[in-house]
Amino acid sequence: MSEQDINAEIILDHYRNPHNYGKIANATGSVTEYNPVCGDTVHIDILEKDGKIEEIMFMGRGCSISQGSASMLTDFVKGKSPEEIMKVGDEEYLHMLGLELGPAREKCALLPLNAMHKALQERIRK
Amino acid sequence: MIDSNVIKKDFPVLSRKFHGKEIIYLDSAATSQKPRSVIEAMSNYYENYNSNVHRGIYQLSEESTDIYEKTRENVASFVSCSARETVYVRNTTEALNLLAYSLGHRLRRGDRILLTEMEHHSNIIPWQFLKSKGVELDYVKMDADFNLDMEDYSEKLKKNPKIVSVTQCSNVLGTINPVKEMGSLAHERGSVFIVDGAQSVPHMPVSFRDLDCDFIAFSGHKMLGPMGIGCLVGKLEELKTMHPFLGGGDMIREVSYEGATWNDVPYKFEAGTPNVAGSVGLSAAVDYLRNIGMDSVMDHERLLIRETLKLAPEIEGLVSFGPSDPEKRGGVFSFNIGSMPAFRIERELEAGNMVVSGSVHPHDVAASLDQQSIAIRSGHHCAMPLMGRMDVAATSRASYYVYNSIEDVKNLFIALSDVKRLFAR
Repeated sequence: MSEQDINAEIILDHYRNPHNYGKIANATGSVTEYNPVCGDTVHIDILEKDGKIEEIMFMGRGCSISQGSASMLTDFVKGKSPEEIMKVGDEEYLHMLGLELGPAREKCALLPLNAMHKALQERIRK
Repeated sequence: MIDSNVIKKDFPVLSRKFHGKEIIYLDSAATSQKPRSVIEAMSNYYENYNSNVHRGIYQLSEESTDIYEKTRENVASFVSCSARETVYVRNTTEALNLLAYSLGHRLRRGDRILLTEMEHHSNIIPWQFLKSKGVELDYVKMDADFNLDMEDYSEKLKKNPKIVSVTQCSNVLGTINPVKEMGSLAHERGSVFIVDGAQSVPHMPVSFRDLDCDFIAFSGHKMLGPMGIGCLVGKLEELKTMHPFLGGGDMIREVSYEGATWNDVPYKFEAGTPNVAGSVGLSAAVDYLRNIGMDSVMDHERLLIRETLKLAPEIEGLVSFGPSDPEKRGGVFSFNIGSMPAFRIERELEAGNMVVSGSVHPHDVAASLDQQSIAIRSGHHCAMPLMGRMDVAATSRASYYVYNSIEDVKNLFIALSDVKRLFAR
C-alpha cells in the first residue's frame, strides 16, 4: 500500500465514521459553508475557552472528501488557538491530508478549512 | 440498426485508455466526441482554403466564402429550413442570449415570458436579464413522472406571454417535451415560440418546418461537430424585423459617424469574422449523422435507455430522475444512490439526523467510475432551479450517443454496484 492509498483510506474512514458529528448547544461561533457546484455543505460549531478551541462539532452532507476532511479538521483544531488555525493555508492543509486531488476535488477538501476560518473571522468581528 | 462498436472506431479519442482500460464515454450531453471525418474536414479547410469570408476579391477568399455558405445550406437542410433562416452562432447559449436581447427590445413592463421548470441555465438567465425592464417570468410545472404538466401549461398561457421558450429534451431528465403541440397552443395566444434544441437536434429527427416554431437553437459540439459553432434558426419574417445582437463587421450595410443600416438576414446577426472552420466541421458532422440516419440514432439511444431502466433497479437504493416510459425520453439518465437532499441545518435537526445517511454523493460516484475508465457527469448540470425543485443537491448523469453500446451500459452498472460497496456507510 502506498502512502497515498493509506491517506485515502484514512479520509474514507473519517467519512464512514465521522468524529465530532453534531451540534454544540452553547457554541461561541458557528458557520455554514456551501459549494454550489456540488452542494457539499459543512456546518461547524465551535466553543472557545481561554483562547483555545475547547470543543468543535460539525454536521454536513457531501462527498467523502469534503465530509472526511471536515471530520479530520475537527480533530486537528481541537486545543489550538484561533491564531494558530488562521495561519494554516490551503497548501499546508492539503499537504496534511496527503491526497492527490484534481482542482475540483481540492475545493471539496478545502471546504471545511474555509468554514473554520470563516467561523473564526466572524467571531473576531463580534 | 447501428453497430456502435464499428462507429466507435471513427472516433480517435475513444481509443484512449485510463487506468489501463479503454474509455467508456458517457457524457455526450455535455459534449459529444468528434469523428475523424470532422477533424479532417477542419484541418483540410485550414491547410487549403483559409482566408476571410465575404471580403476578399481574390480566389482564395471566394473559395472560402463559397465553402462557408455551402455548409450553411447543408446544416439548414439537416433541420429542414432554408439557409437564409440559419444564423451561425457560437452555441445554443449564444443563440438564446441573442433572442432574449433582440426580442427583449420589443418587450415592455408587465410583459410575460413563459419557461419551464426543467430549463438549462442558458434558457433562464438571458430571460432573467429582462426582469430589470419589468418583464415577468413564469415556469410550467412538471408532474411526478418528470413530464411537463400540460394543464399547468394551458393555464399559464392564459396570461398571454409574449414569448414561450421550452427545451425539446431535458439535459437532466431526458424528458422529450411535446413541443409541436406546445407551439400550436402558444401561437393561438399570439406568443413567439422558441425551442431549445441543444439536446434534441443531435439525437432525433427534428424538422423546423414540421415543428412550426418561430426559433430553434442548437450547438454543433453536442452533435459530433466542433466547439464554438452552433445555429439559431428562425422564421425569416421574425429575423428580418428583429434588432441586431452584436455590432461590428459583416453585419452592416452602411455606416456613418451618426448611425448604420443592417445587412440582410442572416448576416445581420453574424458580426465579426465567423467560425468558418467550425462551420466546415459542423457540416461534416451533419453528413456523418445523415449517413447513419436520425431515426436510427434515436432508436439506438432508446435501446440503451431501455437497458438502463432495466438494470437500474438492481442497484440497491438507486433513485432515478426522468420519465419511467423509455419512449418518452432521450439518452440521458440522471440518478443518485440513496437520497441526496440539499443540506439545511434546521431540517436536519428537526429530523434528528445526527447520524450520517447511507447515500453516496455524485462526486464519489463519478470519481469511483473514473477509476474504471467510465466518464459520467456529476453536479447540478447547469440546472440549479431544477435540482432545488427535485430537492437534490446534485445528481450523477450518464448520457449516450451513437458510439455507446449495450456493453457500455452493462459496464456502467457493474461499476455502480462496486461504488455502493466502497462508499456506503
